[in-house]
Parts: sequence; C-alpha cells; structure tokens
Amino acid sequence: MLRAEGVALVRGGRLLFERLDFQLHAGGALHVTGPNGSGKSSLIRLAGGLLRASAGRVERSAKAALADEHLALDRERTLGAALAFWNGGKTPGEAMEAMGIGQLADVPVRLLSTGQARKARLARVIATEATLWLLDEPLNGLDADGADRLAQAITDHLAAGGAVLAASHQPLGGGWQRLELGQ
Amino acid sequence: MTGALIAREVRRGLAGAAWLPAIFFLLIASMVPFAVGPDARLLARIGGGILWIAVLTAALLPIERLVEPDRADGVLDQLAIAGISEEAIGAAKIIGHWLTFGPLMLLAALPGSFLLGLEGQALVAPLLAVAIGTPALAALAVAVAALTAGLPRAGALGGLLLMPLAVPLLIFGAAAAGGDGEGALKLEAAIALLILAGAPFVTGAAIRAART
Repeated sequence: MLRAEGVALVRGGRLLFERLDFQLHAGGALHVTGPNGSGKSSLIRLAGGLLRASAGRVERSAKAALADEHLALDRERTLGAALAFWNGGKTPGEAMEAMGIGQLADVPVRLLSTGQARKARLARVIATEATLWLLDEPLNGLDADGADRLAQAITDHLAAGGAVLAASHQPLGGGWQRLELGQ
Repeated sequence: MTGALIAREVRRGLAGAAWLPAIFFLLIASMVPFAVGPDARLLARIGGGILWIAVLTAALLPIERLVEPDRADGVLDQLAIAGISEEAIGAAKIIGHWLTFGPLMLLAALPGSFLLGLEGQALVAPLLAVAIGTPALAALAVAVAALTAGLPRAGALGGLLLMPLAVPLLIFGAAAAGGDGEGALKLEAAIALLILAGAPFVTGAAIRAART
C-alpha cells in the first residue's frame, strides 16, 4: 500500500537521502531509524504526501493517518469532541480506550498534560480508521503504560490488515522491518 | 468533511473574537464626526466612502487567526492527509469566515450609517454595497492570511498586502455607497465575484507553499 522507488529528498539545499527503495504491504511494519537530521520525519511526511520527492516516486494506495509533533486537536473543545472532528463526527470511544484516555473524553484539550496529549494524538490516528499509520517518534513522552498500549494497538492494527511506518530512536519491539537512514 | 470544516470555522470564529471587527468598525464610524465636525450635509456626502474605509480596516483584524493557528498546530497537514484539497480548505475557510464576518458587519453598518448621517432612502445604497463587498473582503482576508501564515509580524504584513488588493473593491463599493447608482453596484459585484472565484486557489497554493 506504500511503495518508494529510488526516492531522494533535498531540503534546504542539503541531500537528506537518495536511492531509497522500500515497500509496505498489508500487515507490514517498517521502523525508520537514523541520527538526528537524517530525514526520518521528512520521510514520514513524504509518505503522507506532504512533501514531494526530489527524485524517484512515492506511491500510496491506502488512506493514511499521521501522528507527528503537532496535536492537531482544537484546544477549546473537549477531547471527545476534538477527536470526533477527525472521525466523521462520531466520538471515538474505542480509540480513546485503546490509549487509556477514555476517562478524559469530557476534559478540554487545553487542560491535558503533555503525556495525555501525546496519547491523544495517537488516539486521533487510531480514530481515523486509516489503513496506513505514519508515526513520527510515537514513544516520545509516553509512560510505560502508554508504550504498552501503543504496542498493543499496533499489533491489533497489523493483524487487521493495516500497515505502520514509524520513525523512532527507541526500539519498538515486535517484528519490524528496519530502514536505517544517514549511513 | 467540508461541511464539518465550515462549521468548525464558524464555531472558532464565534468562540474567538467575531464581534471585534464590528466594534472596531463602529468605533471608526463614530470617530469621523469628531474629526470632520458635525456638519450633517458634509457627513452625508462623504458617509459612503467613510463607511467603506471603516469596513476595510475592520476586515484586517481577523487575518492573524484565520490560517496560522491551523498551520502551527498541524491541522492543515491532517486535512491534507485526510484527502481534502487545499483549495477546498480555502473555500471552507472563506465561507466560514464570511458567516461570522458579513452578517455582523452588516448589522454594525446600520448604526454606523446613522452616525454618518445617512438616513432613510440614503441608507439603502451603502448597506447594499457593504453586503456585496463583505464576501470579497472575507475571501481576501483568508487568502492573505494563508500567504502570510508562519511569517514573523504576519498581522502587519497582512494589512499591507490586503489594502492594495482591495482597492478596486473600494473604488466601486464606495461609489455605489455614495449613490452612483446601479452601474457602480454591478461593477462592485463583478469585482467581488472575481475575488471570490480566485481566492480559494490563492489560499490553496499558499498553504501548499508554506509546507515545503
């Protein structure tokens, strides 16, 4: 559902990576690693169609959802209502339960703690019911419980025929393919 | 999804400071008699033009909150990934912004006209001109907001950018408000349609350009 062929990316006059090939099928999980500034986040944005490749092709044939450093939830609304905006108007109870923030549905987004907001952005990805998850540093700011819940959510998602592309410094566990940038 | 986006714009507009441009407009309209004196004949003669200057400056106030918060919080990225074109985002923002800007402005134009000594039959033309002009001003505000999103001092820059672009609208709008009749009103409507048709594309291109 995601295929990259000979992809190169230049940002700010600097070549981040070139001749990158990978494929992601249903049930596949790809873990992108590499030092700071090696283009992990840019690769995620490339897969989401937010950046254009300088050379090569990126093809995506499935609906995608992105969790990057931005929360993208309306601060003045309750968490349930803010998440519902990305879920076609339905309050995504299951997605919030999956990340363990179900009890926060009536709390305004602006009152969430940093860690709760981190869980909320992952709940937003789950709520969109997209096939392809694009996760940029998904473990940042998560406690042990949050990390376990994320691992479980990813396992369920893969078992249901989804796919995950994640960029992270930390080990993600499970059967991930690896892609190392910046060598 | 576009409907939800329009509803979101309206909700954020009302929760934010939708009344601010209307108050600002009234403030300017009430300043003019102090500045030029309370001569009713003079006020009635320049009233249409003053009304337009007031509407135009009031239209600058919301620019900063229209696009930048959504860009900074990643909402624009999320909408793009959800498969909504940047042009559709622009169109939804224009409609949503107008809904919280146009009617309130029109409401404020009524007492504003009284302050400027426009009464009775003389009231119809200015109100009609403002009614036709507000959608175009809302469209310009959204387009300029997208063009300046993410830049330092975007508020001041937005004003510098919007004012010249609104000159054709101002010329025909003020002429129509001043009682130059049907011709000026038609030309104002034509300019307004042109701006309305182009603004979503300018907004879309600006949102895409800000991403790279």
